[in-house]
Amino acid sequence: MGDFDFSVIFDNLPFLFKGMQTTLLLTAVAMFGGIVLGTLLALARMSSITVLSVVATSYINFFRSLPLILVIFWFYFLVPLALGRPVGGLYSVLVAFTLFEAAYYAEIIRAGISSVRSGQAAAARALGMSYTQSMRFIVLPQAFRAMIPILLTQGIVLFQDTSLVYVVGLKDFLVSAELIANREQRLIEMFSFVALVYLAICFSASQGVKFLERRMKR
Amino acid sequence: MISFDNVNKFYGDFQVLRDCSTHVKAKEVVVVCGPSGSGKSTLIKCANGLEPFQSGTITVNDVSVGDKNTNLNQLRSRIGMVFQNFELFPHLSVLQNICIAQEMVLKRSKQESTERAFALLERVGLSNQAEKFPAQLSGGQQQRVAIARGLAMDPVVMLFDEPTSALDPEMINEVLDVMVKLAQEGMTMMVVTHEMGFAKRVADRVIFMDQGQIVEDEKTDVFFSNPKSDRAKDFLSKILNH
Repeated sequence: MGDFDFSVIFDNLPFLFKGMQTTLLLTAVAMFGGIVLGTLLALARMSSITVLSVVATSYINFFRSLPLILVIFWFYFLVPLALGRPVGGLYSVLVAFTLFEAAYYAEIIRAGISSVRSGQAAAARALGMSYTQSMRFIVLPQAFRAMIPILLTQGIVLFQDTSLVYVVGLKDFLVSAELIANREQRLIEMFSFVALVYLAICFSASQGVKFLERRMKR
Repeated sequence: MISFDNVNKFYGDFQVLRDCSTHVKAKEVVVVCGPSGSGKSTLIKCANGLEPFQSGTITVNDVSVGDKNTNLNQLRSRIGMVFQNFELFPHLSVLQNICIAQEMVLKRSKQESTERAFALLERVGLSNQAEKFPAQLSGGQQQRVAIARGLAMDPVVMLFDEPTSALDPEMINEVLDVMVKLAQEGMTMMVVTHEMGFAKRVADRVIFMDQGQIVEDEKTDVFFSNPKSDRAKDFLSKILNH
């Protein structure tokens, strides 16, 4: 006790970096996929076509009622079954996170669309624009502009949640660090380092969001 | 040009329009007035299908608005509409506001739509504001841009839904002047407004609505000098006596 050796961190930086790449890849894919799918879900939920609205609402309520860790497990076993071949942890986790996040993004985006005055869509339609055109060029750009801070905040939460992939043994940043910590018997050093990295990334990201919010208010 | 025949509209159990019938001829300027909640805005919003109606028929340029086979987008592109709250697109510049539907709906080239936009901005007296965003303009300027945006589609008729109600008093005239000019040039117009001075000056006819019904539909001078119904008399005495 008492003799900390932080060189273990520097010696294993390439391995840790690879873990961070997995974490970032997962965050980026789930965020992008979640926003695209979430937008479609939000539009479907707000649609006047009952079937669409019911399906989208059910989807959103279903995923929002489940713990994320269960969804990760579920897809880990389900996706290989559906495809009839093993797909590996990464792909099942990418699918699980994207589908899960889409439900949360859908609700954020729905609120964003509702915040755009209904007269905007009416003005677009009155000019002869189709529903798709009025959404794509008039309503959604305004909605997304208003939503950027909250979408990014959700992204920060997602970034932290990706650490849950340890349950299927995927080597993200946290799992990589844990492997080294156990091998080298340097638990305190490694976990402190991991905490610091998560803190630095999340804190600076949320500061960035705050800055953006202030700038948009002006 | 526009025909309303026995139009009925409900919001749930509440009847907003009762058996409304009137015909607007080409080049005619018709003012629609009446107390708030009388259904006048709803009536003109039915004319371009922004509001659905339950029974009766509306035809614009011989095309039936309520018909399921009608290409509503195509029809709407020929009906200009000006809203009470302007509804310019805040994320687009003045120029883009006027060009976007020309390019997307009428498939005009960028050059053609830009030329058309500048000609119209000139006409409404705003040719030096093309690159600005709506939030940088006064209410009166925004409404004039909105009129230009509607005219850019070469509409066969222009609908105005209380175009000056959201404006500060000193800006009302700059918008009315544009509308008067438009009327004098022979545009077919249906205007929901409380501006009785405008009605007296350019309207061929005045429609007075109350509780979802068209109560009077008269030539302008007849309506003002000799309104038949008590409701119209009452309305006019309230709106003109100060």
